[in-house]
Amino acid sequence: MIVCVAHNIISPLGSTSAENYAAVKSGKSALRKYEGLWGLPEPFVASLLDRKAYADENHTIDERIVIDSISNALENTKIDVTSKKVLFIISTTKGNVFLLDESENGFPKERVRLGMMARQISKHFGNPNEPIVVSNACISGVCAQIEAMRYLESGEFDYVIVSGVDVQSAFIVSGFQSFKALSPDECKPFDANRQGLNLGDAAATIIYTKKDEVSENEWIACRGAIRNDANHISGPSRVGEGSFRALKVALGDLESEKIAFINAHGTATSYNDEMESIAIERAGLSSIPVNSLKGYYGHTMGAAGVLETILSMQAVDNHNILATRGFDTLGVTHHLDISNQNRTTEKRAFIKLLSGFGGCNAALLMAKGGLQ
Amino acid sequence: MIKHQVYISPSEVLVDGIPLNHNEKDSALLTELYRNHIGDYPKFFKMDTLSKLGFIASELLLNIEGNRDFEPREDRAVIFFNRNASLQADTHYQSTIQNPENFFPSPAAFVYTLPNIVTGEIAIRNKYFGETSFMVIDDYDEKIIMKNLENAFQDPITKSIIGGWVDCSDEEHFEARIYLMEND
Repeated sequence: MIVCVAHNIISPLGSTSAENYAAVKSGKSALRKYEGLWGLPEPFVASLLDRKAYADENHTIDERIVIDSISNALENTKIDVTSKKVLFIISTTKGNVFLLDESENGFPKERVRLGMMARQISKHFGNPNEPIVVSNACISGVCAQIEAMRYLESGEFDYVIVSGVDVQSAFIVSGFQSFKALSPDECKPFDANRQGLNLGDAAATIIYTKKDEVSENEWIACRGAIRNDANHISGPSRVGEGSFRALKVALGDLESEKIAFINAHGTATSYNDEMESIAIERAGLSSIPVNSLKGYYGHTMGAAGVLETILSMQAVDNHNILATRGFDTLGVTHHLDISNQNRTTEKRAFIKLLSGFGGCNAALLMAKGGLQ
Repeated sequence: MIKHQVYISPSEVLVDGIPLNHNEKDSALLTELYRNHIGDYPKFFKMDTLSKLGFIASELLLNIEGNRDFEPREDRAVIFFNRNASLQADTHYQSTIQNPENFFPSPAAFVYTLPNIVTGEIAIRNKYFGETSFMVIDDYDEKIIMKNLENAFQDPITKSIIGGWVDCSDEEHFEARIYLMEND
C-alpha cells in the first residue's frame, strides 16, 4: 500500500500543515483585493505570500517555498534524501515564469525551464536523481501523486517526495483576466452568485512510501485516475465526461457510503462547478457531502491538488468536513450536499477531484488505514 | 511493446525509421506534413507550434496503425515529456503584456501557455477519454521516459499509449520522438 509519511503546507495562512488546518477550520482566508499590483491595469482578489519574507539571492520564491516545504515535511522523518532510492516530483503549472519579464534580472533566465527549477530543489537536498516535473495544468497536484504511487508500486524508489507549487505573477493574473475567469470579490464556490475564481500562492508537500502492513491511523493513497473530456481545450465537458470517468475509476468497488466527502475542484467559475455537479451525479455520488477550499486559498494551481489532499486528510483525522467558505445558495443544476459550516463525520475516506485546461480531470481516493 | 514510432525534427521525418519525403523545413515542414498527410482538420492552423508538432506526429503514428474510425475510447492514454514546456507560447504571451502602453493579453494566446494542451488536442481529435499527462525533465532521457510509460499501464483501463518526447523552443527548434505502445 502507498502510505503518506509526512506533509507540509506553506501558504499565507501558515507554514505548517497544522497552522493551515487550524486557520481553515476557524474560517480564515488570505484573500485580499489588490489594486495596481505588478502594474496590472485591473484590480484582482488573490491570496498572496509576503514576497519579502522569502527573499533569497540563490533561489526564486517558487524554489524557496518548495525547499522550505520539503524541509519541514522531512523534519520528523529519517529519510536519507541523498539516496538514489528517493525521487523528487514537482507539480507546477508556471514555475518561474515571471523570469520572462524583461525587468527581471536577479536570476539566470534558464531557470524559467521547469526542469531547471526542479534541479535547484533536488540539488539543494543533494538528491542524485533527475527530478520529474508534472505540468498538467490545474490537475498537476493529483497527477503528481498518481505518478508517485506508480513509481513506488514499480519498486524503483523507496520514497517519493511530491511537492506542488505556484506563485502568482502579472503573467498568470493577466491571462486569467483575459479569460474573464476572475471574480471581482472573494470567490463563491458552487454558489448561485459565483462570478469566477481567485488565484493564490502556495507550496505543499506529501512524502509517500510503500508498505505491506499499515496501522489504522496511516493514510493510504488507494487509487487515482486521469481522464480527458475529449471536448475542448479551454472549457469543461458539458456532461462532465472526463471527471465522471476519473471518479468512477477512483471509486472502484468501494461502497459510496464509506466516503466522508468529495473535496471538489470548486473554483467558483460558472462552467467548472456546474460540470462537477454533473460528474458527481453521473457517478452516483450525489448524496455524499462535497466541499471546496478555494474560498480560503484561491486556486493555487500546481499546489492545489497536494494542498487540498493534505487539508482533507487532517479534516478526516479531526472527524470534520470543512466548510465551503463563500458558499450560500446552491447554484448548479444537479444536487450537491454542500455547506458553509464545518460538519462532523466518522467516515475514513475521501475523494480529491480536479479539472483543468486541456480537458484534463483527475480523481484520487484516500483512505485512513486503507480499504477494509 | 513499441508498435510504431515517429520522429520529426525541423529537417527530418522518420516513420518507423523510414524517411518521409518533404520539401520544407522548420515550422513550414509541419504545415507541409499537414497538407500532404492529414488535410481535414483546420483547427491545426490555430495551434501553437508545440501542439502542431505533437498533433502531426500523432497523426502520422495513427495513420500507420490504420483503422481510424474515431470511435470514442478510454483505453488509450496520451503521455508526453519535454524540456521547454510551453516556452514558445509563454514568450509570445509575455510580449503581449510586457509594455503597459501596448497591453493586449488574449485568451487564445494564454491557453497555449500550458504544455498539456497538446495532449488535449490529440484527445479531442481522436475522441480519447483516457489519461492525458505532460511531464518535464531538463534533458532528454529515454530510460526515464520508457519507465514512466511502462508505469502508466498500472491504470486499470489503459491498454495502449501514444507517448514520448515532444519539445519545441521556437519555430526552428523542435523535436518529436513518439511511440505507439501496447501493454503485453
